[in-house]
Amino acid sequence: MHLAYPTVVAALLFSAGVYGVLARRNAILVLMSVELMLNAVNLNLVTFDIWYRDRLHGGQVLTLFTIVIAAAEIGLGLAIVLLVFRNRKMIDVDRLRTLAEDAADDEAAGGVARPRPAEPETETEAVDAR
Amino acid sequence: MSGQEIVFTLLGVVAVGAGILVVTTRRLVHAALWLVVSFGALAGGYLVLTAEFVAWVQVLIYVGAIVVLLLFGIMLTRAPIGESADLDSGNRWAALAVAAATAAVLVTVLVMGFGDRRMPLHAGGGSARELGAGVFRTWVLPFEVLSVLLLASLVGAIVLSRSDIGPRDSGTGPRKEDG
Repeated sequence: MHLAYPTVVAALLFSAGVYGVLARRNAILVLMSVELMLNAVNLNLVTFDIWYRDRLHGGQVLTLFTIVIAAAEIGLGLAIVLLVFRNRKMIDVDRLRTLAEDAADDEAAGGVARPRPAEPETETEAVDAR
Repeated sequence: MSGQEIVFTLLGVVAVGAGILVVTTRRLVHAALWLVVSFGALAGGYLVLTAEFVAWVQVLIYVGAIVVLLLFGIMLTRAPIGESADLDSGNRWAALAVAAATAAVLVTVLVMGFGDRRMPLHAGGGSARELGAGVFRTWVLPFEVLSVLLLASLVGAIVLSRSDIGPRDSGTGPRKEDG
């Protein structure tokens, strides 16, 4: 089997995960996209393990470890998301801006922050919900 | 194009297509279900690559546990069942550009670097016997450390999601049962 097939599949899955992490607003969908990226990494690990014919099976064993770490990560991540939901009644990651430095940050960011004029209102709303 | 390559290409198309649907669908529950399809197709791909044990672990842990956990999370955050219009944030076009650039760079590098390499597929290379010997001989220390990590994350999740432990003043409010 050509090595290009699994690596290209892994690259495309990773890009889909990157798009999901950057574009999604719901925190649970962001976690799902992170899982997609982790799966792309796993596919690469298995592929190169088989390509190198590793006698210690380092790649596949590391894949098992990655799966376990992903399970731990998703458990902790969902616990944090549920805690945020309990406090704020919403889990939109772009409205959780309590830790942002609003005035200085927006002016420094310039064009990045400009297309979001409704930011101060959502900020006060989040504070009120707390 | 050999038979293995054809099967892997079909499974890869299913995995990538379902992955793209996960990040573009407008229904939260459907995203979790497409995630099952993507992980299942990837498990099939592992089987084609002769990594049997990893494939079954993938089915057990990802499809069986992580997706169920995500579905519980969707239910506990009271997500809408039907279509919801605001699942994407305002920077989705920038995200699309970044993802397309990532895909272009990675695919170009991988195809240029490994496009003409072939890998040998021997049945039984990733069986439970081989991997078990590897885990419990060579990699036994990381395995044990990982079990401690799993225990720590479990305790952390319990502490985070219980509402009756913590600072003294937080215990006086109305207790919610959604953790």
